Amino acid sequence: MPAVPPKPAAEPLDPLRWGPTFPEAARGTLDDAQLRTNLRRATRTIRDKRLAVTAELPDWEALRDAGAAIKADAMDRLPELLEQLEANVTAHGGTVHWARDAAEANRIVTGLVRAAGAREVVKVKSMATQEIGLNEHLEAEGITAHETDLAELIVQLAGDRPSHILVPAIHRNRDEIRDVFRSQMPGVPDRLTNEPAALAMAAREHLRALFLRADVAISGANLAIAETGTVAVVESEGNGRMCLTLPRTLVTVMGIEKVLPTFRDLEVFLQLLPRSSTGERMNPYTTTWTGVTPGDGPQEFHLVLLDNGRTRALADDVGRQALHCIRCSACLNVCPVYERTGGHAYGSVYPGPIGAILTPQLLGLDDADAATASLPFASTLCGACYDACPVKIDIPTALVHLRDRALHDGGPRRPTAAGAAMGAAAVVLSSGRRFRWALRGAALAGRLLGGRRVRRLPWPGSLWTASRDLPALPARSFRGAWAARVARVSRATRDTPAAPDGRDPRSGERSPGTDGRGRP
Amino acid sequence: MRIALFTTCLVDGLFPHAAAATVRLLERLGHEVVVPPGQACCGQMHVNSGYPGQAEPVVRNHVRAFWPVVEGEWDAVVAPSGSCVGSTRHQQARVARQAGDERLAVAAERVAARTYELSELLVDVLGVTDVGAWFPHTVTYHPTCHSLRLLRVGERPTRLLEQVGGLRLVDLPDADQCCGFGGTFALKNSDTSAAMVADKADAVLASGADVVTAGDWSCLMNIDGALSRRGAGTRAVHLAEILAATRDDPWRPPGTRRATARSAS
Ligand code: SF4
Repeated sequence: MPAVPPKPAAEPLDPLRWGPTFPEAARGTLDDAQLRTNLRRATRTIRDKRLAVTAELPDWEALRDAGAAIKADAMDRLPELLEQLEANVTAHGGTVHWARDAAEANRIVTGLVRAAGAREVVKVKSMATQEIGLNEHLEAEGITAHETDLAELIVQLAGDRPSHILVPAIHRNRDEIRDVFRSQMPGVPDRLTNEPAALAMAAREHLRALFLRADVAISGANLAIAETGTVAVVESEGNGRMCLTLPRTLVTVMGIEKVLPTFRDLEVFLQLLPRSSTGERMNPYTTTWTGVTPGDGPQEFHLVLLDNGRTRALADDVGRQALHCIRCSACLNVCPVYERTGGHAYGSVYPGPIGAILTPQLLGLDDADAATASLPFASTLCGACYDACPVKIDIPTALVHLRDRALHDGGPRRPTAAGAAMGAAAVVLSSGRRFRWALRGAALAGRLLGGRRVRRLPWPGSLWTASRDLPALPARSFRGAWAARVARVSRATRDTPAAPDGRDPRSGERSPGTDGRGRP
Repeated sequence: MRIALFTTCLVDGLFPHAAAATVRLLERLGHEVVVPPGQACCGQMHVNSGYPGQAEPVVRNHVRAFWPVVEGEWDAVVAPSGSCVGSTRHQQARVARQAGDERLAVAAERVAARTYELSELLVDVLGVTDVGAWFPHTVTYHPTCHSLRLLRVGERPTRLLEQVGGLRLVDLPDADQCCGFGGTFALKNSDTSAAMVADKADAVLASGADVVTAGDWSCLMNIDGALSRRGAGTRAVHLAEILAATRDDPWRPPGTRRATARSAS
């Protein structure tokens, strides 16, 4: 038993989407003071670092524009670029496999590991393999997968789910990590402290043995170049470099949206990615490989191109931007909702603002269950994510668009109270006259309340009044007050025929006595 | 100048004193204010809640009500709300296009091009930062998300506040963090929203201000509601109300007799 309880304890059936709706899942984190402190501290640190290193580049905005443009172009020409990538990987001695969905990808990878005669593999941190639940699948097939990224290792040992794209153990603090190591890592001394250096050394020793005996490595890819057939992994710790160079066989699972047209595009993305994700000017390790090189590095290379809902997302004109994502996680770190709820509330390997627009699209919204459909609503639309995104994904617009889809895809639905309320509101709010009548009703209520604040309302108003008061309703709307003023002034001006009265039925109720210099 | 006031549905119904203050301020600066009676709402609530189809008649009504600004009958449209101005600039044309009405989309864009948030109108169009206001309180400014990121009003509101007589402006910690309102988010994700506004209320109290101001009553309603629930003395006051206040006609809490009378006279 781990000394620190896993969060969440249950193994999800589908890593792309598990658990209850967002508001329900969020409650757990909101009640966990320690978790909230961990999150707040961590996101703040990365946030500040990112701001500092992006501010020092004079052409940062131009870089973002370039990144956005390259991604948009790549998505426009996706089939063509993927075929070019396949041709070039193959020409350099690699093998390309196409996987429609998670099951197919898992089957392909298992087959490759078996063919290599291996019972265990080392893994480079990879979102794509998490998305398809590869580790769990391999385990069921009798193959042990060892995560080698430090944070990923912590999550794996603790029996956790990752809660952040880049810092999967962001929800854990040093004490919790020490406890996980002590109870789960073979050969770790009991006197292990919570010092980062001590923790890192313990992990290093544990991992070194694994690197040296593994025959197969499994990685993801940060990007792949169609023009040359080159695949690249960008990382901080060097464990990736070990996996990518030591084992005989390398299997890379890559979402099809990661392809870029030309080698020169690296120039843009190798600047955007580290600065946005870890707040570093450059990441410590960038490994690129093109097929296989006899006598050097892995002698067998397999590239698994994963669709798993991506072509579905591509079909949405607004939502497809989510495929531009380079998984830097900047949007998570600036998101005020993520900061309060943590990643697990999103119930997906893709948490935060990007998860809220990517996950529902990968799964489709035609018959989305309530849990998936709750994701696009998990945002105040504050726009911090849009400002932070290195490839300028307009997440707020995509969220609003996907809310519409979440409510309306898949044909007519059962009428809901919210839908009926929106319909009624639209009737009132599409006519000045009808709105005036509605305001009269509100003003009457205001008079009845006698200028008191509202402290308690029945549901759904209680959702507001549980934590805040409502203002006192005014006894008269602005419209009412203005009409009274106009009437008063025109009465006054009727007695003085020379007074200007520029009223025009179309242009509205002007303040008639006003001569442009002061009050009537 | 002749300026049409877009009161916004929330201000019209719940915070009439903010609209009245906008009128008072603009008239004091020598401008004529027009209140188009056909107006109701910009459609933002429908769009943000996932009902852009139902927003279409709301947008159509808005564009019709404010069309005279395009014909030159008025010089500009102003709203005491960054969020609603953001909606006219960034959502209305999209709603119209989704409904297949390109003419409405273009009309919406033309009206939006002449629609300003209050601080934009004052600083950019009317060219004033000193509006002759007097407000003897310690004030902190919350840059609402839509003013900050959608409209990029930047320093305009604080430049206006700095010129107000008697006013002491203090920094708000973590000012750029969202207050957690987000329209229907406050209901759909009420727990998260409550956690966010609790942090915002903490920050307001930590600033030491006795008044928190912003260009949007929606966010202020959220912050004020949390402050009031705590029994804090700090009040939310709209930027327009501060700028409208003078020595002769000082700010009074809404609901008091004079403030009500002022709103009409
Ligand atoms: S959406 Fe943008 S900011 Fe968020 S992870 Fe992807 S690239 Fe980074």
